[in-house]
Amino acid sequence: MNPSFSSPTTNLLDEALGIGRTGSVPWRIALVQDCVEASGAFLLHHLLKRSLSAEAAGAVVFLGLAQPFSHYDRVLRKMGCNLSLQRNKNKLHFIDLLDLEFLVAGGTDQNAIEDGFMNLYNRILRFIEANNLMHNNGGWIRIIIDDISLLEIAAQGSSSHTFDFLQYCATLTSELDCSLLILNHGDIYSSEEDQRLLSHLDYLSDVVIKAETLSTGIAVDVHGQLTIINKRALGELGWSSSKVYNFQFKLKENAVEFFYPGTKF
Amino acid sequence: MEGEHAPALTIEDSLASSLGSSVFDHFLANLVSQIAAGKSQARGLVLVAFNRSPAFYLELLRRKGVDAQHVDKRVRILDCYSDPLGWKKRVPPLKTAQNLPVKANVACFSDARDTNKLMASILDLGKGTSYSELTATSCNVLNLVYLLTEFVGQDKSRFAVAIDLVSSLLRYTSLPIVAGLVNKLRSNDQTSCIVWLIHSDLHEQRVSAALAYVSTMVASIQPIAQCTDEQTSQQNSVWLGKNSDKAKLHVRLKRRNGRVKLLAEELHLDQVGVKFTAVGDQNSNAAKSLLPKVQFNLQLSEQERVERAKVVLPYEHQGNGEEIQIYDGRRSLSDSISISQPSVASPVISDTQVAPGIGEIHYVRDSDDEQPDSDEDPDDDLDI
Repeated sequence: MNPSFSSPTTNLLDEALGIGRTGSVPWRIALVQDCVEASGAFLLHHLLKRSLSAEAAGAVVFLGLAQPFSHYDRVLRKMGCNLSLQRNKNKLHFIDLLDLEFLVAGGTDQNAIEDGFMNLYNRILRFIEANNLMHNNGGWIRIIIDDISLLEIAAQGSSSHTFDFLQYCATLTSELDCSLLILNHGDIYSSEEDQRLLSHLDYLSDVVIKAETLSTGIAVDVHGQLTIINKRALGELGWSSSKVYNFQFKLKENAVEFFYPGTKF
Repeated sequence: MEGEHAPALTIEDSLASSLGSSVFDHFLANLVSQIAAGKSQARGLVLVAFNRSPAFYLELLRRKGVDAQHVDKRVRILDCYSDPLGWKKRVPPLKTAQNLPVKANVACFSDARDTNKLMASILDLGKGTSYSELTATSCNVLNLVYLLTEFVGQDKSRFAVAIDLVSSLLRYTSLPIVAGLVNKLRSNDQTSCIVWLIHSDLHEQRVSAALAYVSTMVASIQPIAQCTDEQTSQQNSVWLGKNSDKAKLHVRLKRRNGRVKLLAEELHLDQVGVKFTAVGDQNSNAAKSLLPKVQFNLQLSEQERVERAKVVLPYEHQGNGEEIQIYDGRRSLSDSISISQPSVASPVISDTQVAPGIGEIHYVRDSDDEQPDSDEDPDDDLDI
């Protein structure tokens, strides 16, 4: 028996994250933390697909620093989602930041970096405005950042400016029906100061998704495990205790399978 | 008290048990309730909000049952969350945003890096003067004037200050400046008390230490269950689950006479909020839980302990002047206790005694053929 958990309506990941039918989520800020051996990019792809599904009632702003648009288009096409079409329908706003010089275009001093981030923030605001006008203030907005470490590189290593930008994105999540999804690499920070950036992100997030390898090593049927810490489960302003989920995943050609340890035959 | 610095409370937590925000909310709500009921020295509260929106705090106070009128009169929020660096003033505003009514007791602050201005704003809010200079333009000034006269007033009434996240402030400026700000606030006549939250793992150790020096009370939140590095992810998730809504609160209180008092409590987070209970007997439970559950007994009973203490170790002298009886492998153990050590001078050629139940061993020691040098017994200076 091979239980299939990859039906489009629900799977373990969607349940753990509380993703509703319309793609809305109860959390405001989610952090995906991966490592070299277990890349978390598949999570972004999956969540991007869920956010752009036919029933989804919102729009996505995607800050692409790691890959060009064509890469995501190819990957999502295999998963059954046409990114170009969604972009044309204005459900997806792809901000191409592959050229990491975008922040220092106006010079390399501190003010220029801050101005660069402010302009980026402004671009996001304008898209949200256009989207609200079109859909009469309805629908949620999801901001996906791939990935934050490259944003820091673009800011010439200034984690302080990166954080200022994230803070402004975070205020968007509380003022509007907006959620923020950040991808970060957990294994590239060596110094204590950089570890603090990881801690900062952890404090900021309502949900932390960690993609790791199995402690037992490489396996054919299982590519890794996910630990999801949902800090504000059943999120209301007053919170319940946090929920922790742990399950494993296998990457297939067009989809991802999620299953509890030991249930995959 | 006159001439004394205002008391200051630091609430610190870490990722291992991040209930600091809940504890801060609890203190804040209690403080506001006491101010509203007239039980506190302070007549008002200034909340400097970096970490969460003013709307969050207003909703929190409403849920905790503080009367909305009292909140309007007694609480002023300096909003350093929405636009700490003034970006929103430099980009066109969102046209279609649902314009939430701006609360009269919330002032937006856009210069988080300028601590002098921050200090001035806190004091102004506390004193209830110059308020109109700070507010966003969409505020109703007439409403403000009415509210302000009800706030602290012209006399020497005092106000409390709460900073929701000093860690954020430390991001915008440096430690010496923040410490200076805190000291200035404490020494201000009209400040009745200050409370702030800090995430200790976002800073170096010295930062927490420096802020602990300027506080009269430090409440640190520690995890209930300790984590070890060897834990697997499975165990980690269980540990995380355990630590997510329970923690230990260690309070260090500095008295005026220099004495330091330590208190400990357990705290537990539920739907309503934070609840404190006295510390249970955790030590024995913790020790028991460290032993793996197996079907045999890994611990010693009392009698076993006594018996163990009675065992005579073969190389240990008992301190009673007897000659050392060393088992040299030639006799069975029971015989060697009663037989004195064979003199080294008399050669023992072979050992014909054998351990009971086992075949005979005839062994000739080479060293017995030699004439030993009796002056150089290497064991003479042994005194175990």
